[in-house]
Amino acid sequence: MSVSNTAANPRDPESGVTAPDTAAKGRSTPELGEPVFDVSGLSVVYGTNRAVRDVDLKVGPQQITAMIGPSGCGKSTVLRTLNRMNDLIPGARVEGKVTYHGEDLYAPEVDPIEVRRRIGMVFQKPNPFPKSIYDNVAYGPRINGMRGNMDEIVEQSLTKAALWDEVKDKLKDNAFALSGGQQQRLCIARTIAVNPEVILMDEPCSALDPIATLKIEDLMYELASEYTIVIVTHNMQQAARVSDRTAFFTASVDEAGDRFGNLVEYDETSTIFSKPSDQRTEDYIAGRFG
Amino acid sequence: MPTEAPEAPQAPEERRRGTLTSGRGRLADPIFKWIVAGCGTLVLIILALMVIRTTSEAWPVFAKEGFFGFLLGDEWTSGGSRTEITGTYGAWPFIYGTLVTAAIAIVIALPLSIMVAVYLTHMAPPRLAKPLSYTVELLAAVPSVIFGLWGLHWFLPNVMRPFFDWLEGVLGWFFLFEGPVLGVGYLPAGIVLAIMILPIMTAIVREVIAVQPLDQQMAAYAMGSTRWEVITKVVLPASFSGIVAAAMLGLGRALGETIAVLMLIGGSQAWGASLFGTGSSMASHIAATFGEATPETRTALMAIGVALFLVTMIVNILARVIVWRLGQTKGDAAV
Repeated sequence: MSVSNTAANPRDPESGVTAPDTAAKGRSTPELGEPVFDVSGLSVVYGTNRAVRDVDLKVGPQQITAMIGPSGCGKSTVLRTLNRMNDLIPGARVEGKVTYHGEDLYAPEVDPIEVRRRIGMVFQKPNPFPKSIYDNVAYGPRINGMRGNMDEIVEQSLTKAALWDEVKDKLKDNAFALSGGQQQRLCIARTIAVNPEVILMDEPCSALDPIATLKIEDLMYELASEYTIVIVTHNMQQAARVSDRTAFFTASVDEAGDRFGNLVEYDETSTIFSKPSDQRTEDYIAGRFG
Repeated sequence: MPTEAPEAPQAPEERRRGTLTSGRGRLADPIFKWIVAGCGTLVLIILALMVIRTTSEAWPVFAKEGFFGFLLGDEWTSGGSRTEITGTYGAWPFIYGTLVTAAIAIVIALPLSIMVAVYLTHMAPPRLAKPLSYTVELLAAVPSVIFGLWGLHWFLPNVMRPFFDWLEGVLGWFFLFEGPVLGVGYLPAGIVLAIMILPIMTAIVREVIAVQPLDQQMAAYAMGSTRWEVITKVVLPASFSGIVAAAMLGLGRALGETIAVLMLIGGSQAWGASLFGTGSSMASHIAATFGEATPETRTALMAIGVALFLVTMIVNILARVIVWRLGQTKGDAAV
């Protein structure tokens, strides 16, 4: 397992770095760094409805960025613009600019297939294929024509997803035989197997019980030393626990009476949860709405 | 406004009126259960009566020719007796005709139906997909005699005949395509059968593909799959048992189809390897000769009926075994 982070990475348990001043598991918030994603003036239009408007956001490398907000605030929509999953929704159109390492994701010559290979996604409901555990993980490497020992790739991916010990003796079993939490970790392993740089997570724990949720959160924490993670969550405590930066979205209504989602505030998680600068953020955090 | 409507009983003692043993549930559910069970049993009884009756009527022929002698004998000479079996009855040419035409039909229709279904569910613009699906389902309701007429009078001379001539010219050295091209024969019958079973198979495959969970396809896309990969590696494998079910239904229809085959297969009692050759299927032979059959021949036709029933059953069992075996090796839960 090649870990690209340095000894100074606050997530590395061996580095002994602890920063007691933040809410998120007692670690300091890393600098934003060279942004992986730079979203500016982003709007998403479904047909004639501008569902999300004017979002500006920078996502730092090897960090966990959380998007929170009430239902219908457009956070999942924004997430899906990051790996062009919105392309698959008929009538969806993206305005504004999304760059990935400075490269325009929506430039006409960009191949969405390659985008999604590099920017993986884990979904709300665990969605393994109706195949064996092994074949689930091997699917991505196979279609991407990855060279190397498939058994090794499968083992590595499952190990990284903290699932190997639980399934190593039943790799040929159908993935549906696993529990919900295990299925979700299998989906994470499956995503890791194609060697992405970024993992997008769309409410990955909303279908799981608290124990399984905790396991996924621990896993995210582990993975963030290697991958850039963007997570959408309904669960504010989850954002507070795992993320370095938090974007708070809300649903607003324009003069014409149309509802749309917009970004209210984006800052370090500790700031968002302790001294937000916008009243709406504070109300949401305090549980006054949403 | 009527205000004198009787009020619902309010007092607690009122609500306790009657006994616990007098509810509707004690009778209604058992009655419903017996009606449903009766209908189910009726189907079995009808099937059993049919099998017993035809087999017993056909018995003299089986007794004379022997069971396998009847199935594998290829000479069919009718006798005119009223009381005994004087002719020679071998059903092989008809069994062969049935199997060959059905095989041609399924070989053509299965890939086509899958492709049409994939187009309708994944490729067609939504505005087109709905009307196209309805049209396909409508085609399934066209009576087979119309397919037969159209096949014989338009499709055969205008499309198939030129194609056959070309095919014979190119592949004539190969035993399946040996000339002469007569027009009617196994191949045209099989092709028209394929067109006939295509709609119902497409409708079923489309249904099966359409209900495949979208989230699995999204997962595949999110790993960098092309649409082709999502369809061939995720959607179709998961639809496997449904596709086999569609194939079985199509095959059943192809095996039993009578009138369209009768019009196109040529109606001879010969059999041969060349797909351009003429012959008869079991069903078409029964239909063609039942009218003028002597009592003796009628018995023999009944025996063909029994054989057709057997062939259909064996094909279905085989298909089920294949699904089951493949399902075992793939670890497919949906069998």
